[in-house]
Amino acid sequence: MSAITHHIPDAMLAAYAAGNLSHAFAVAVASHVSLCAECRVALGAHQAIGGAVLEDTGAVAVSSSLKDDILAQLDAAFTPEPVYERNVIFPGPVMEAMKGRAPRWKKLGMGVRQDILSEDANGSVRLLYIPPGQPVPDHSHNGLELTLVLQGSFSDETGHFGVGDLEIADEDLEHTPVADPGDPCICLAATDARLRFRALVPRLLQPFFRI
Amino acid sequence: MTQTLDNPRSARHASMARRYERTPVSQTETELSQQTHWMIAVRDNRDRNAFAALFDHFAPRLKGFIIRSGASAHQAEEIVQDVMLTIWRKAAMFDPHRAQVSAWIYQIARNRQIDIARKENRPMPEELKEEPGMEPDASQILALEQEAGQLKQALATLKPEQREIVEKAYLGELTHQEISAQTGLPLGTIKSRIRLGLERLRHELKDLKQ
Repeated sequence: MSAITHHIPDAMLAAYAAGNLSHAFAVAVASHVSLCAECRVALGAHQAIGGAVLEDTGAVAVSSSLKDDILAQLDAAFTPEPVYERNVIFPGPVMEAMKGRAPRWKKLGMGVRQDILSEDANGSVRLLYIPPGQPVPDHSHNGLELTLVLQGSFSDETGHFGVGDLEIADEDLEHTPVADPGDPCICLAATDARLRFRALVPRLLQPFFRI
Repeated sequence: MTQTLDNPRSARHASMARRYERTPVSQTETELSQQTHWMIAVRDNRDRNAFAALFDHFAPRLKGFIIRSGASAHQAEEIVQDVMLTIWRKAAMFDPHRAQVSAWIYQIARNRQIDIARKENRPMPEELKEEPGMEPDASQILALEQEAGQLKQALATLKPEQREIVEKAYLGELTHQEISAQTGLPLGTIKSRIRLGLERLRHELKDLKQ
């Protein structure tokens, strides 16, 4: 856990806390936070600000019957949402995206495989399996891509990415990530196809809060 | 609503050293905020009066908060109902060492709003589960509450335009691309408080994954 060196930018964590990330990015962020104590702490700080905003929001009187309605429902039967536990290398949110199943790998050539977990107009979430020494296929479209390492590691011009590390790249980042020797590299890759923002990524990576 | 400690400065300095020397909650009962007491009573004793008190405090704020993020008054009440029931049902997940009641409820409220709007469950990080019967450490809960109180004060002293940016960001009105300005809120201390809560949990869990 302590080996994680590539984290989620603060602005992205704040947007995640506020529920303002695409589903694809939310899967990647929730998965990284599951593996990374540092980002869990940072997320907690954002939730604390959210709590302060909530406490400070002007109260609006609720209907007189609302409290009794709710109290009457406390004992009602309900079906808890299923909880997806971590399965070896796959964090809970990835298991949830797979609906609890095992990966269904499809061959892409050169030993590379993928499993598309979701794909729509807003973005995509997929698992990638890259044999040692092979390049990571370019899975970007127009926007931003988040790549979370779940097993093995890869390296590119910008650095080395091991288990738990999150790489954030846009189409302008000219990089050729290659899986390192050792175990095959398995990554979660999330794309957000809605937006192009060439100039914004460097700003995004700047420190958000004064600490 | 939090009463001050006799000597808050020394308590703060000592808290690192006595991280694992617990202060039973009962000994410092009056020092913790009412909301925390209510939430612990709901979690541990399924206390309906405490839940009603939480409702009285939070339901009108939640309604105002949800209306501000774009819902009608009627929709807002439905979401308030949903959030309050979620608080009751998920109370076992509440850990005052890592989150203040308002922070915990904030996240539930945002999640329920998104889930209802998108008709899908928002991806959430794995929960870190406490082992049953773990003794609460009041000094640590109190320290986190004090930091959260200071954060609230800092929010109150922001310039209006800066404050509006913060509110918009946490009401879900800004994308991460738009959240680029520094807010000026001091987050360092609250992060270290939350980290202590997390370390305490990790220390307690025998089988924590590496």
